[in-house]
This record gives sequence, C-alpha cells and structure tokens, in this order.
Amino acid sequence: MTEAALETVDVTCVFQVGQGFLRGSKPLRAVNGVSLKIPRGQVVGLVGESGCGKSTMANILLGLQRPSSGDVLYSGNSAAGFSRRQIARRIQPIFQDPYSSLNPTKTIEAIISQPLRIHNVGAPSEWTARVTEMLDVVGLPRRVAASYPSQLSGGQRQRVAIARALVMRPEVVICDEPTSALDVSVQSQILNLLQDLKEEFGLTYLLISHNLAVVQHMADRVAVMYLGRIVEEADSDALFDDPRHPYTRALLGSVLTPDPRLGVPDTHLGTIFPNPIDPPSGCPFHPRCPNCTDICQSVPPHLVSDGDHETECHLYGGAS
Amino acid sequence: MASGVILEVENLRVDIPVAAGMLHPVRGIGFSVSRGETLCIVGESGCGKSLTSLAIMGLLPKTAQRTADRMDFLGRDIRHLGEREMARQRGGSMSMIFQEPMTSLNPSYTIGNQLAEVHLRHVGQNRTAARDRAVFLLEKVGISAAASRLGQYPHQLSGGQRQRVMIAMALMCGPELIIADEPTTALDVTIQAQILHLLAELQREFQMGMILITHDLGIVARVADKVQVMYAGKTVEEGPCETVFDAPMHPYTQGLLRCIPIPGLTRRGERLGSVPGIVPNLVGTLSGCMFRNRCDHARDACANMRDEPTHMGDGHAYTCLRAPEEILGERQAAGTP
Ligand SMILES: Nc1ncnc2c1ncn2[C@@H]1O[C@H](COP(=O)(O)OP(=O)(O)OP(=O)(O)O)[C@@H](O)[C@H]1O
Ligand SMILES: Nc1ncnc2c1ncn2[C@@H]1O[C@H](COP(=O)(O)OP(=O)(O)OP(=O)(O)O)[C@@H](O)[C@H]1O
Ligand code: SF4
Ligand code: SF4
Ligand SMILES: [Mg+2]
Ligand SMILES: [Mg+2]
Repeated sequence: MTEAALETVDVTCVFQVGQGFLRGSKPLRAVNGVSLKIPRGQVVGLVGESGCGKSTMANILLGLQRPSSGDVLYSGNSAAGFSRRQIARRIQPIFQDPYSSLNPTKTIEAIISQPLRIHNVGAPSEWTARVTEMLDVVGLPRRVAASYPSQLSGGQRQRVAIARALVMRPEVVICDEPTSALDVSVQSQILNLLQDLKEEFGLTYLLISHNLAVVQHMADRVAVMYLGRIVEEADSDALFDDPRHPYTRALLGSVLTPDPRLGVPDTHLGTIFPNPIDPPSGCPFHPRCPNCTDICQSVPPHLVSDGDHETECHLYGGAS
Repeated sequence: MASGVILEVENLRVDIPVAAGMLHPVRGIGFSVSRGETLCIVGESGCGKSLTSLAIMGLLPKTAQRTADRMDFLGRDIRHLGEREMARQRGGSMSMIFQEPMTSLNPSYTIGNQLAEVHLRHVGQNRTAARDRAVFLLEKVGISAAASRLGQYPHQLSGGQRQRVMIAMALMCGPELIIADEPTTALDVTIQAQILHLLAELQREFQMGMILITHDLGIVARVADKVQVMYAGKTVEEGPCETVFDAPMHPYTQGLLRCIPIPGLTRRGERLGSVPGIVPNLVGTLSGCMFRNRCDHARDACANMRDEPTHMGDGHAYTCLRAPEEILGERQAAGTP
C-alpha cells in the first residue's frame, strides 16, 4: 500500500455529556478505538449513520479536537510534534453547509485569504494574487472576489469553501458532506471539480458522506463506522461488491438507485436506536442486527482481516 | 372526473410581492392524484415545490396570492373555502408531513397529547378512542413499546423516531390525501428507506393518495406512479414514472438524470454530467422557456416559446419546442451521451 499521508492509531474521543441539573455527566465515546490510514493520493470514503462519529474523526484529523487517547500521524510522524499552523498547511477542511460555513460579513476575497492571514503564510502583497488564482482554479469569475456570500448561489459558495481550503496548498482535504446541501445538478459540478483538482494537485481526500452513490463514485477505499467503531473497511470495489458486515449490507441495501422498476427495499433492520451514552453490550449493532446470535449480545467482536478487507463481526470469526 | 380522483388542480399560480417587484414562484401547475396513487414532484431548490403544496393546503404565507382554474378535493371546489373550513380539512381528510419534524411537533407537549389532540379536534370521540388509535399507529410506524412512549416529549426521541411520530400524526384521522414535503431528506439512508417503505405500505393499505415532494431522483424512481418535473415554477415534463426515467424528453430532465452517479453505470472518477448555471430570477414579467440560459440546445425561438406541451400518449408530456431527434443529434455530435 502507498504511504499514509494521514493516519490514526487507536484513537478514542470521549465527551462528557451533561445529564441535566444536578445529575452530573456521563462519558460518551464518540470515537472508540479507530485506526484508519489515508494513503497519499487516494480518496478514502467514511460512511455511517448520523452520530456515529464521522465529524469527530474529521476534527481529530484536522487537529481541531484532541483525541482522549491514541495518536494521529502526519506522514508517519506523531501529531504531537506539529503546531496548529503546520497542520493547517497540510490538511484543510471543506464542510457540509455552504450557507453557514462562510462568514456573511466578509467578502469572498477575505474569506478565501483567511487561512493565509491566520497562519501568516506568505507576504500580504501576494494574497490577492493567490485568491485570484484560486478563483480560477475552482471556476469562479474573478469579479466575485468583492462579493459577499449572500450574493452567491449554493454551488458557488461551496466553490468558495473549496478555494479557501486549497489556498493553503494542502496535501490532504477533509471533505465532510461536501455536497449534501446541494441540488444534484450542483453536486455533480462539485464532484467533477474535486476530481479535477485531485489530479491537478495530487490531493488526498477523506470523503465523509451519507450518499453511498457519491462515495462509490469517488472513493478508492471505504470505511464504514457504527457507534464510534470502524466495523468494515475495504477497497471500494470489494466493499460494494462483497459487503460483509450486516450493517454495511443494510446500508448498501438502502441505497435508492433511480431504477423505476424497483420499489423501496425492506432493510430488515430493527428500529431500536442505540444510546451512545449507554451503548449495547457485546456487538454494539446487535439490537438491530438481523443475524444476531447469543454470542453477539455479550462478546464484542474484533476486527478480522481477510487480505485488506477488514470486518468486525462474529460472522467473520471475530470471537477469539 | 374519473371516479378514483381525489385531487384535481389546474393552472395553479402563486404570486408574492417582494421588494424587487412581483415574484412568480408557481406559474400554472396542474395535476391530479387518485386513490392509492403516488405523484412525485421533483425539481431543483427554489423551483416552487413547497409553495405548490402549501397552496393546496391553504398554508401559503399571508402575502402570497393564489389563483387556480380548478382545485377540486374529493369532488368539492376548495378554492374559496374559508380558513376555518380549510383547517378542518387539514389534519382531517388531507394531511401533511414536513421535512423537519420539529416544525409540527410541539416540544412542550407529550407525544400522546399531541396525537390525541389531532384526533379530538377532527374526529371528536373520546380520549380513550384517541389514545387507542395513537398506540395503534405508533406501532404501525414501527415505534416499539408504543404505549409507554405516549408520555415522552419530542426531544427524547431520535430524529428518525420523530419523523415516524409525524407520520403517525398525519394518519391519525385516516386522511384521503397525504402531502409529504421532503419527508426523509434529513435522515440517514437506512432510516430513509425504512420510512419510505413504511409510507408505501400504509398508503397501499389505506388506499390514500400521496403527493411526495423531493429533489432525490432515486426516491422518485422507487416510489412514484406519476412524476412531475418542475423548473422555475412550471411543469416541464410529466408522465408515468417508468416512461419518464426510461425516455426523458425535456433537456432539463435529461440533464438531471445525467448528473447522478449510478452504481454500475457511471464509472469511478469519470466525469458526471452537469446542468451548469443557476435558476433564473422569477421576479417581473417572464416569457419563453425559462431553462434557456442553461440549455445546451437553446435557440433564439426558445425566448418566445409558448406553453404548448407535446403529448406522447399515456399521460407523458413535455414542454420544449425543439424536436427530440435534433436534440439527440446535437448530443451525439458533442460527444455527450
Ligand atoms: N462537543 C461534543 N460534546 C458532546 N458530545 C458530542 C460533541 N460532539 C459530538 N458529540 C457526540 O458524539 C457523537 C458523534 O458525533 P459526530 O458529530 O462525530 O457524528 P457524525 O457521524 O458526524 O454525525 P452526522 O452524520 O449527523 O454529522 C454523537 O453522539 C454526538 O452527539
Ligand atoms: N414567503 C416568501 N416570500 C418570498 N419568496 C418566497 C417565500 N416563500 C418562498 N419564496 C420563494 O419562492 C421560490 C419557491 O420556493 P419553494 O419553497 O416553493 O421552493 P422549493 O422548490 O420547495 O425549494 P427547496 O427544494 O429548496 O425546498 C423560491 O425562490 C423562494 O425563495
Ligand atoms: S457480531 Fe453479531 S450482532 Fe454484530 S454485526 Fe455481526 S452478526 Fe450482527
Ligand atoms: S425550449 Fe429551448 S431552451 Fe427550452 S428546453 Fe427546449 S431547447 Fe432548451
Ligand atoms: Mg457530521
Ligand atoms: Mg421546499
């Protein structure tokens, strides 16, 4: 495998969540022992349902959230040796909502050049030129530099967010639901743009999305998260052709491809949603799993590798 | 009027005065929905989908003006009904499911109270009957231990559970018509599939008519009997679901279908189709095909196009003045499928 541009080693992130007045707080394991490699030049997709810990992972990788334990490695070196600025030069985010992620009181030029100013990169005299260059790169007319976010469409705003991420010339871009708030016509433009930029600048992406068709279209490798754990990870083709974990299968089975001859599938999933503060015993997926057996209720499965297809489920021999 | 028809709308228009002049967000929409039938309205953000549904429910913003040549619900003209009479219809024989459950659930009342309230208001009867119906429907929508949930408040439920409660609430009075505006957009794919599966099942069971509004073509393909594609406040194409997906005629419909990655059809990393440009401003006097500033096939004549749909038979119709062979020829010449 290619060298990892970015890697987490057994990271855990615990939040203390208040239980209400005078009731103290309880730990919530948003990320619970995750090791994930993001090979240089590749697109790794991270999927899973709301609240499973995807954005927390993104924040940990961006150095915005300190893991409670475990380590983050940048090109093999521990994050402990990097300053915020050094991390920002390597890794930049693109967030979901192009409406709220841009400061409405700033011009587009100020927004795109903001990372340069915050991290004091290059001479101020060069900033305008860098902004113009970025506008060209993401396909926005130069005149929008003087506009405000409210004057742009959703797709244009997401281009601004991409320009802001790329102005630092990062190696890795963390895309957290980059197209979820956009119409399909705009989504396809942004996906095409991300694809072009990847080739042009040799970028590495972590693509977080709940749209599996998008992940399948973009990602080389895919990790599936459930309740803070990666429960399956494999190369894209292997994962989509041969999904193993029952949750992955349910997830893929729920994708509504535009085939008018098919109806809405029955996911065969239970409707008992886990409480992350008080996660189920054994395999955390067991209350909803159609394949659950006795052992699943008491013994947590381990991640088992079959080549580079990894699955954490007793069906694949996790109980040792 | 065919016997099974529940709702029939012709030439529905909505105008809203705004600072820049008069906004025309809905510009002559028509459709019908029959018992047990699902009509999907699909289109880009801002094309007028939500206003269309609000216009039917009588829930438009105060400043908006609505006109229609016809709006018959269960054989009765509802264009001139007063607010009290409309309120009696809503939640009774026609009900609505919104995208964000918290817009219809009151955070300070228990689930049980809210469900019972709808029932008491519309059906009358007693509390016990209302409670029984609430438990029955909560179980139907897949909420386990339904009776014990009645005392819970909305914030104690997950997003998917709240959406289910909304569906139960919409069904409390046995409606003839359900209008669901992006009912699953904010939800995870597994829950989305679960909820749509459920809606389709309930609809079949109770033979309700349903108008489902969405911008997700995957959902449309899977649940619609009939599809209506909206652009800039007008219907640009309509027809039976299979026909529209198999043989889309309008350049906009064709463009939308090329935009989405389809596992097995689009290859990884390959460029997706696109519909560049943005939706036009709908303020002031509008004429011609409003898609022309984004259409690869536009001609000068498109600026003067009149709304004369081409009927393909079987209810399939589209509004574009260029010949399909020419459009196909131009796409092939440009190397775009
Ligand atoms: N700052 C915080 N304090 C307490 N709990 C938090 C905090 N941030 C996240 N969480 C909790 O951690 C879990 C993981 O949240 P996260 O935002 O990573 O989920 P996600 O997978 O990104 O979900 P979504 O798809 O909805 O964006 C959730 O249960 C969330 O409520
Ligand atoms: N109360 C209002 N006053 C002025 N303009 C409005 C009002 N409500 C809606 N609009 C405008 O009317 C147009 C149609 O709005 P509508 O909410 O019907 O769109 P939509 O198709 O439902 O879009 P979306 O997919 O984003 O929900 C939009 O341009 C919107 O900005
Ligand atoms: S370990 Fe058991 S409960 Fe968990 S996913 Fe596998 S079969 Fe299902
Ligand atoms: S009428 Fe003209 S602009 Fe409109 S869709 Fe047809 S070809 Fe395109
Ligand atoms: Mg998130
Ligand atoms: Mg809407």
